[in-house]
Amino acid sequence: MAVGSSTDLGATQAADLTPPPPRPLAGRGRLRLPRSPKVLIGLGGLAVFLVVAVIGPWLAPYNPTRAFSTTASFPQPPSAAHLLGTTQQQQDVFSQLLAGGRSTVLVAFVAGLLATVLSVLIGVTAGYAAGLADDLLSMLANFFLVMPALPLLIVIFGFLPPSQGGDDVLIGAIIAITGWAFGARVLRAQTLSLRNRDYVESARITGERGWRIIGFEILPNLIPILASSFLFTVLYGVGTYTALAFLGLVNPNHLSWGGMLFYAQVAGAEQSGYWWLFIPPGLAVALLGTSLALLNFGIDEFINPRLRAGGLSRRRARRAQVPGTARPPRRFELGMTPVIRSTPLTAVNGAGLQDFPERPGTHASPSADGRPDAARRWRGRRPR
Amino acid sequence: MYVISRRIGFYILTAIAAVTVDFFIPRVMPGNPVNAVLAKMQNTNVTKATLRALEVEFGSGTREGIWGQYVRYWNNILHGNLGISTSNGMVPVTTVIRGALPWTLGLVGTATVLSFILGTLLGVLVAWRRGSWLDTLLPATTFFQAAPYFFLAFLAIDLFAIKLGWFPAGSARSTLDFPALSWTYISDVLDHAILPALTIVVASAAGWIVGMRNVMITTMDEDYVLIAQAKGLPKRRVIWYAARNAILPSISGFSLAIGFVVSGALLTEIVFSYPGLGFILLSAVQEADYALLQGIFLVITMAVLIANLAADFVYVFLDPRTRQEA
Repeated sequence: MAVGSSTDLGATQAADLTPPPPRPLAGRGRLRLPRSPKVLIGLGGLAVFLVVAVIGPWLAPYNPTRAFSTTASFPQPPSAAHLLGTTQQQQDVFSQLLAGGRSTVLVAFVAGLLATVLSVLIGVTAGYAAGLADDLLSMLANFFLVMPALPLLIVIFGFLPPSQGGDDVLIGAIIAITGWAFGARVLRAQTLSLRNRDYVESARITGERGWRIIGFEILPNLIPILASSFLFTVLYGVGTYTALAFLGLVNPNHLSWGGMLFYAQVAGAEQSGYWWLFIPPGLAVALLGTSLALLNFGIDEFINPRLRAGGLSRRRARRAQVPGTARPPRRFELGMTPVIRSTPLTAVNGAGLQDFPERPGTHASPSADGRPDAARRWRGRRPR
Repeated sequence: MYVISRRIGFYILTAIAAVTVDFFIPRVMPGNPVNAVLAKMQNTNVTKATLRALEVEFGSGTREGIWGQYVRYWNNILHGNLGISTSNGMVPVTTVIRGALPWTLGLVGTATVLSFILGTLLGVLVAWRRGSWLDTLLPATTFFQAAPYFFLAFLAIDLFAIKLGWFPAGSARSTLDFPALSWTYISDVLDHAILPALTIVVASAAGWIVGMRNVMITTMDEDYVLIAQAKGLPKRRVIWYAARNAILPSISGFSLAIGFVVSGALLTEIVFSYPGLGFILLSAVQEADYALLQGIFLVITMAVLIANLAADFVYVFLDPRTRQEA
């Protein structure tokens, strides 16, 4: 890596990202998603928001832009007619909330999708190609990483004529340009570690073409990381779009949660106690973001099982009939690390791990401390 | 040192690229920025010189080629000329920024350092007591991180400033105050800074907590931690051994974080009417004051680059392995 080898930005995923070479679990072909409460809550929350995004505008009790009174000049507090009160312009806040979700979610997902495509193209290419191409692409990614994104976007949107400031796809695309670099970086590191694995080598020796190796040997092993970086970018898209709309840089007539916050600020909501103007949209954005982040934690734990909070509970370990779990190790990892095998690992016979050869190429993975996973032998024990 | 010089080289390149981006944005975007500025300035007297300055700034109406414009742009920047701010009575942009920068640096700097320390300590704690009730801290901080900064600022003002009246609701100092090195003035400034700083700390600490926790958990599996424990070292000592190794990725992850923190802080300032860069950024947006907009972008970018460079220095200083590489 030419530049930035000293700054591993994948701090959150920093632990050894390397899933072992695909080892099909007996009798299970499907992708197993961890079923921790985090993932379930995250998935549920995300599903609710997606539904709101799709059918919200039809659920809205009123036309969100209709002004209900021409005489009242202050936002009206919640009442039976207006569940979340009205805005300064006497529009129904609840209807705006339902209708504004679509644009927010759409922009975020467009941004996430495009950024993920970009990050795959650049990150995987850089990791696989190595050499000068890698240096240049890495530098590009590093450049976009250190550039503060929001000020850049503000300048771009500042110059965008207002007529084009309300196009969700365009906004998503512009946000994606500033949001792909992180994913590219993580993907590149992982590709670097995969490209020298035995099964990739053998594919190369049998004469597979480069794109085929990337598409069929490497990409499938990047899926958890891809999913994680996709969610991360969607999260970033939600925040950024909301911020831009809040600044009034997106056409304010274009209904979104950030736009509602913009009008709340215009109305001086926080100084005057009009809480119904800013709490509903702000809470919606925060909850959407929390769902995405929780789901992302789940995927992180899937990639790196050591991060799991309590590990497998004793009851579940016994039910799974893992041998030697009369007193199971407190963090029994299932599925992802080469720890699980039929003999229980103790410090005494932990030497069994040594039949896993030192993986080549892991030196490039963004390991926590720059070293490949050392001292796995002791993992049966845990410092307390 | 090789590593350091390479990093410096990278940041210089990035700085050049940032200036180039700043130069090209008004020229490739659709629409005519000069007209937009003039439309906003209808009630002021536009002199020929002003018009000319605007045209040079945005590259319309000049016969100069794009390369010539680019060279002139660099020349201006190197001479500290960022153009004139049309929304502030034709004052040079640098003057406007100079007035706002100290507030932002003070607020963002303090808040970032605080949240780094707080988040790292909490992250160590959460990792060490994994599986305890502290794990519930994670979803809670996630919520604060996922919430837009300015939403938290709204809440903070509504609750602590308006309802409870503990802190002033906005601005950086009382209007009757004169800048002086007196205790009244300093305490007044601090009083105004606490709430915005608190908002930034609460919102950004979550990132440090999660990052530190994740690395710490991995580090705790290392041999030397086990040995330290087996030797019977006091718990605090063992935690220290693990933590000082686990902190490295947090420091190197600074690059990613600082951009977020700065962006968030700008928005926080807007809600609090805190007279820093964020606040003048908003007015620049509203008044279509493009020169100011670009100037602020450049200043923020440079500040972030410098902060990154500092983090890199610290990293090389802390981690001998980066020095060996060369």
